[in-house]
Amino acid sequence: MHRITLVKILTLLFLTVTISVKAQHDTPEKETVHVESSDSEKGSLRTEIKEYINHHLLDSYDFSLFSYTNDTGEHIYWSAPLPVILFDGGLKVFSSSKFHHGETVANVSGNYYKVFHNKIYKTNAEGTINLDDHHHPTNAKPLDFSITKNVTVIFLVGLLMFFMFSRMAKSYKKNGLMPKGMGRLLEPIVLYIRDDIAIPNIGKKHYKKYMSYLLTVFFFVWIINLLGLTPLGVNVTNNIAVTLALALITYILTTFTANKNYWKHIFWMPGVPVPMKFILAPIELLGTIIKPFSLMIRLYANITAGHIVLMSIIGLMFIFKSWIGSPLSFGLAFALALLELLVAALQAYIFTMLSALYFGMAVEEHDDH
Amino acid sequence: MDKLIEQFSLGLFFWQLILFVGLVLLLKKFAWGPILNSVSEREEGIKSALDEAENARKEMQNLNADNARILKEARAERDILLKEAREMKDAIITEAKDEAQVQANKVVEQAQATIQSEKQAAIADLKNQVAELSINIAEKVVRGELSDKNKQTKLVEDLLKEVTIS
Repeated sequence: MHRITLVKILTLLFLTVTISVKAQHDTPEKETVHVESSDSEKGSLRTEIKEYINHHLLDSYDFSLFSYTNDTGEHIYWSAPLPVILFDGGLKVFSSSKFHHGETVANVSGNYYKVFHNKIYKTNAEGTINLDDHHHPTNAKPLDFSITKNVTVIFLVGLLMFFMFSRMAKSYKKNGLMPKGMGRLLEPIVLYIRDDIAIPNIGKKHYKKYMSYLLTVFFFVWIINLLGLTPLGVNVTNNIAVTLALALITYILTTFTANKNYWKHIFWMPGVPVPMKFILAPIELLGTIIKPFSLMIRLYANITAGHIVLMSIIGLMFIFKSWIGSPLSFGLAFALALLELLVAALQAYIFTMLSALYFGMAVEEHDDH
Repeated sequence: MDKLIEQFSLGLFFWQLILFVGLVLLLKKFAWGPILNSVSEREEGIKSALDEAENARKEMQNLNADNARILKEARAERDILLKEAREMKDAIITEAKDEAQVQANKVVEQAQATIQSEKQAAIADLKNQVAELSINIAEKVVRGELSDKNKQTKLVEDLLKEVTIS
C-alpha cells in the first residue's frame, strides 16, 4: 500500500513538473541566445524553438533527457547511447555513441554512416550528405533496425505492463479472487473494457478471443500517451510507424477472424439490386482498409498535434519575455497539459473502441441489417 | 503526406510489431487469462450464491406453503375424526338405549310373567285355603245341622231345592 501511494505521488509529481522542467531545460538556450545581438535574437529563438519541437517529434538514436549549450559554446548532452542495428551488406551492430549525437560520422568496418534529420545515411569518409532540389538526401539508406529511443520506451512499457498485470493476476490467486493493491485500481478499467467496449460491440459469443488484444492495446496506448506528457521527452504514438503497427494488427485480426457473413457483405451486399452490388463491392473492400487506416491517422494526428501545440505554447514563454506573457502562456500550457491528459486516455479508448467495433463487424452473424 | 512517408521508420515499425505481438501473447498467458478467469469465476460465484439464496427463499416459501397445507389437512382430518366420533357416540348411545329398552322390556315381561304366575299360585292357594275353610265350615255347619233331625231334613230339602233350580 505504501509503495502504491509513493508511485501515485511520483506520477503526479511527474505530470505537474512536466511543464516547468521543460521550461527549465530550455533556459540555458535562452541564456546563450541572450548574448547574441538583439535584433536577430527573436528570429533565432523562434527557429530554435521550432527546431526543438521538430526534433522532439522525431525518434532518436540515443536516449537523451536534455541537451544544452554551455557558455563556451560546447554542446552538453544528458543522454544514454543505444545500440544501432543496420543491415547493409551484413548485420552491423554498434553503439549510437559513435555518431556523437549526429555531429560526427560513424566508421563501422569500413562503411561510413551519418545521422541526418534523425535518419541514418551511408556517406563517404567525410560524411557528405547530397541533397536534391527538395532538400531530400540522395544518399543510400541502410536497412535500419536500430534500438532507438522509441523502441526502448516500447520495450520498457511492455516490461512495465507485464510486471504490473502479472502481479495483478497473481494477487487474484492469493487473495481469494479479489485483486489487491494496484489491481483494485486496474480491475474496474479491465472490466470496463470487457463490459462496455468488448461485449456490446463484439457480442457475448465471440468477445473472448479479442479481449487480450483489446486490453493490451488500451493500456499500451494509454501508458505510452501518458509517458509522452512527462518531461522524459518520450513520444511514441506520434510516430506513424507505431500507429501503423497497431492498426495493422487490428486489420489482420479483423480480416482473419471474419466469418462468411462479413465477406458476403463486402463482395455481394445482400438486399440491393445487382448493379449496385458491383458498385458496392470495391467501396466495401476499400472500406476494410480505410477503417484501420483511420485508426492509424487518428492516434498519430491527435498525439502529434497535442505535442506540437503544447510545446509551442511552452516555447511562447521564451518569446514573450514580459512579466505578463510568460505566466499567461504558462497557465495556457498548464490547461493544455490537463487537456492532453484527457486526450491520452480518450485516444486509447477510441482506438480500443473502434477496434472492438471492427471485430464486431467481422463476427456479426445475423443476415439482416 | 510526403514528409510522413519520408519519416516512416521501418525499424520502429518492425520493433513495435514484434514487441507488441509478444506483449499481447505474454500478457494473454500471464495476465489477461488469469485475471479474466478469476473475475468471471468470482462473478459466477456471486451469481450462484445469489441463485442459491433465491432457491433457498423459494424452498422456504414452498415449505411454508407445505406447512400450511399440512396444517389444513390435519385440521380437516381432525374435523372428520371428530365427526366420526360424534356419530359413533350417537350410534353407540342409540344402540345402548335400544338394548336397554329391550332388556327392560324383557325384565318387565319376566316380572309380569312371574307376577302372573305368583298371582295364579296365590289365587290357587287362596282357593284351596278357601275351599278347605269352606269345607271345614261346611263340616262344622253340617255337623251342627245334622245334630237334630229337623235340621237335617231342612238341609236336604234346601239342597234339593237348589238342585232343581240349577
